[in-house]
Amino acid sequence: MQPLLEVRELRTHFELGDGVVKAVDGVSLSVPRGRTLAVVGESGCGKSVTARSILRLVEKPARIVGGEILLYDDAPDTKPLDLLAAKDKRLRQVRWADIAMVFQEPMASLSLVHTIGDQIIEAVRLHENVGKQEARDRAIEMLDRVGIPDPKRRVDSYPFQLSGGMRQRAMIAMALSCRPRLLIADEPTTALDVTTQAQILDLLQDLQQEFGMAIMLITHDLGVAAQVADEVAVMYLGEVVEQGPASAVLSHPKHPYTQALVRSVPRLGQRGQDRLVAVRGTVPPPYERPTGCRFHPRCDSFMAGKCDVTVPVRVRSDEIDVACLLYGEEADR
Amino acid sequence: MLRFVARRLVWMVITLAAISFVTFVVIKLPPGDYTTTVIANAEARGQDIPDSQIAELKRHYGLDKPFIVQYLTWIKGVVLHGDLGQSFAWNQSVASLIGNRVLLSMVLSIASLLFVWAIAFPIGIYSALRQYSGGDYLASFLGFIGMAVPEFMLALVMMYIGFRYFGQSVGGLFSPEYADAAWNLGKLLDLISHLWVPIVVVGVAGTAGLIRITRANLLDELHKPYVATARAKGLPEWKLLLKYPVRMSLSPFFSTVGWLLPGLISGETIVSVVMSLPTSGPLLLGAVKSQDMYLVGSFVLILSTLTVIGTMLSDLALAWWDPRIRTRFQKG
Amino acid sequence: MVQQTEAIAPDTQHETPQEVVKSLRDHGALPQWRLMWRQFRRHRLALIGLIVLIPIYFMAIFAGFFAPSSADTAHTALPYAPPQRVHVSAEHGMFVYGYSSTRNQETFEQTFTVDKSKIVDVGWFVRGDEYSILGPIKSNIHLIGPTKAGEAFFLVGSDQSGRDLLSRLIHGARVSLSIGLVGVFASFLLGMLIGGISGYVGGRVDNIIQRIIEFIMSVPTLPLWMALSAALPGSWGPLTRYFAITVILSLIGWTGLARDVRGRFLSLREEDFVMAARLDGVGRTGIIFGHMVPSFASHIIASISMAVPRMILAETSLSFLGLGLQPPAVSWGVLLEGAQNIRAVATAPWLLTPGLAVVVVVLAMNFVGDGLRDAADPYK
Ligand SMILES: Nc1ncnc2c1ncn2[C@@H]1O[C@H](COP(=O)(O)OP(=O)(O)O)[C@@H](O)[C@H]1O
Ligand code: SF4
Ligand SMILES: [Mg+2]
Repeated sequence: MQPLLEVRELRTHFELGDGVVKAVDGVSLSVPRGRTLAVVGESGCGKSVTARSILRLVEKPARIVGGEILLYDDAPDTKPLDLLAAKDKRLRQVRWADIAMVFQEPMASLSLVHTIGDQIIEAVRLHENVGKQEARDRAIEMLDRVGIPDPKRRVDSYPFQLSGGMRQRAMIAMALSCRPRLLIADEPTTALDVTTQAQILDLLQDLQQEFGMAIMLITHDLGVAAQVADEVAVMYLGEVVEQGPASAVLSHPKHPYTQALVRSVPRLGQRGQDRLVAVRGTVPPPYERPTGCRFHPRCDSFMAGKCDVTVPVRVRSDEIDVACLLYGEEADR
Repeated sequence: MLRFVARRLVWMVITLAAISFVTFVVIKLPPGDYTTTVIANAEARGQDIPDSQIAELKRHYGLDKPFIVQYLTWIKGVVLHGDLGQSFAWNQSVASLIGNRVLLSMVLSIASLLFVWAIAFPIGIYSALRQYSGGDYLASFLGFIGMAVPEFMLALVMMYIGFRYFGQSVGGLFSPEYADAAWNLGKLLDLISHLWVPIVVVGVAGTAGLIRITRANLLDELHKPYVATARAKGLPEWKLLLKYPVRMSLSPFFSTVGWLLPGLISGETIVSVVMSLPTSGPLLLGAVKSQDMYLVGSFVLILSTLTVIGTMLSDLALAWWDPRIRTRFQKG
Repeated sequence: MVQQTEAIAPDTQHETPQEVVKSLRDHGALPQWRLMWRQFRRHRLALIGLIVLIPIYFMAIFAGFFAPSSADTAHTALPYAPPQRVHVSAEHGMFVYGYSSTRNQETFEQTFTVDKSKIVDVGWFVRGDEYSILGPIKSNIHLIGPTKAGEAFFLVGSDQSGRDLLSRLIHGARVSLSIGLVGVFASFLLGMLIGGISGYVGGRVDNIIQRIIEFIMSVPTLPLWMALSAALPGSWGPLTRYFAITVILSLIGWTGLARDVRGRFLSLREEDFVMAARLDGVGRTGIIFGHMVPSFASHIIASISMAVPRMILAETSLSFLGLGLQPPAVSWGVLLEGAQNIRAVATAPWLLTPGLAVVVVVLAMNFVGDGLRDAADPYK
């Protein structure tokens, strides 16, 4: 089946005074319809920049320098829309109506001097030809749906009058108010406590059942990915090194980086020292990208004279797409 | 909101009480008192005043009482009868001397405040939205200059230009034919035509400061996540900028009165001296030079009181504008 | 910038307080200053400001040498004489033309014209009025001046008593430039003490102090300064008056600094490493001087540098009104008092040069202050 969204060779660079930081440098991934794709990777690997690039929300000094972002129509065999090439006006129609976003900081991503209702109504009326009252009813309905008690009153509250969890629910209500086909959630639970975190994840899954939208969930927490994802894409240093079904990627990872990540997740019953086996070594400085495979300085399966020279291309191994020289024809030679 | 207003009012009364006390301390600061002046004057005329008469004078003016009693007597007179004391130099009640002048000072200061707002906000917003553009650099540069040039210098330069190239004096608030005339439309227009130079001169420093603040505030807001959210919603760029970050950064519009007004009144005082405007400035200067302390004190008291009232009004306006402040006092 | 691997587990391990404190100690003062300087150098205007200020201060310190004459040497026959231009010719070397004056019979206004028949020889390192360098050492060598001591030499014109404005400008710089520093030092002590108490103790004390500061800030400063200076006895000598004015200026000027200091204290108080130091068993004084002071010194220096020009402007305004320093003391404000009369300015616009000097210095200081403020936040 056609995916909903396909990102091809996306490159977003930060053009700074001291040089160019290639925060996203050749990201390719696809988001299946009505399913959840988790994008995982260490902090700083370019997940947020990727997410923002999809809706062309990156600001100076960042610039999208290449790639394609293809949004497919529901009808099969129609030409997809390339968001990077779309006119501003067309792009604004896609924003929120087709693709909505939820950010990490619920406090900072809502305006503090406008009521929640105001901010939801604004989104609804921007994309749908409805009256004020109707939009307001929709806002109340959405607030009710995301589990905010007393939504008739809460609709006139300011974000700072709500708790962190409630704010994130309000943000989700706003994101879903135009029934988007894709919800991008960038670390939606990182700023919340563990209990609230679980509730929000449950809520997202319920809402997906109800509205049928696809979710691109960005997280640095493999546990979260395991809980909700159908598909997983693993990022390292500005590229996707592995994508495939969640069950396959998380239980039998192909890429040595993913293997290291999975090993570092605490398992039930393990305690103390064993619990925290982070990936060996440190992320290299942003201006210098390692030659060949970007992961080679930290890789346990490093093959000298090969991994530091040849840039791995993506190959399919079992159900998984992986960019590592251990797999595919390269490996057999 | 009501709680907020009440709190502000209480705080204002306390502030005014403190100001009046400080004023009275200043009034009493120079060594000697009224009787010293009387004795000095008498001696200048070659007379001698008997001690008993001096004691009588002291009793009459309450100068033999403790300081705090003197203060209370004075403030009672001020509050209940508007009696600000006696100007020794003019031999007149202070209240009759300063009434009109303080009014003109306020007109001038408030006009400057409006001028500052009208100029500074658009420029500040423009500078932030077009950061590092030619216009932004120009505004920053002019802002730096505006903060570095003392008001009186600017007044002098304006006077010099007017005098040198237009052959006229830009001083004063009225043309000679209107100076003593009763108020009518002609006089009002005449006043306005004279007023703009001092308004601009007084407002320049404040404008420079406010441009910087507005620009910095807006720059801080421009890259906050809530702006990204608004953009992600599909709002057109200019619309979202005005609705979200610009609105956020306009809170200083209200809170600036607190620091702008005192500065404007200071500027107005000195500019009036240079341009000989019939406001409080020149009279205050004269009073200071002749140590006419009740007159001096009254100016300090009245100008500060007006500032405090202005600040309070701006706080209320800020609360109306910013829900974070408005709602802070709603629950407990 | 090398990033530490972020553990991919839900709960990351925290460094112990001791480790935090130690790492702070190891990353001590030096790199911070170096970082600041690197950032400062990038601020081009700030660098220009510094380049302008250093020679001006140098000139003020050695005013006697740089000024062609003393501050009050008067040529009573040459009031409001216009600036002279220095000419160079093979015949005379460096010279200026003298003046010839005519008096308008109706208005009695005196006007000066350049008299090409009078030639005043000018030289480097000439002997002239005696002055003292940094106290007891006396000299009479001047950087530039008429080779024959006592001749009129007015590079920027003369004032109403025929005194050389340039010399007065250079001598006046001593007061104008130093009063900013002295005044800021005084307000710094007050601000540091009161702001420090406010921020460190917090709670009720903080609240009361904040109200007092708000109160002082809500009073228009100039009328208050005027009132306070009215209370100064007229009999005081120039030095006493100088200090009195400084005290008056700083009595009101400390509030801004106190606010900054308090703000820093408050934010630092909550920060991990102060907590850590507490847990570590470091005493209160240890906390303040070991951790809090160094970490905000840079910010305070930035706000101080912004306060100096404000002080200079305040002194200039007061003296201009005749309420600050009194002649025979010279400061730029005192010099500008002579420009109060617009008719005098119209005939002798060079009377405004002290104002130009104020603008240049204040501008330069604001640039430097701006650079310092940026540099205080190297990561921003
Ligand atoms: N504002 C910025 N300025 C410069 N570089 C940035 C900025 N934001 C992000 N980057 C660079 O982009 C990389 C990826 O950032 P991000 O997408 O936020 O990572 P994450 O995967 O944690 O979401 C960072 O490592 C950093 O080098
Ligand atoms: S390509 Fe080589 S270095 Fe890179 S992940 Fe595979 S084995 Fe490791
Ligand atoms: Mg991120």
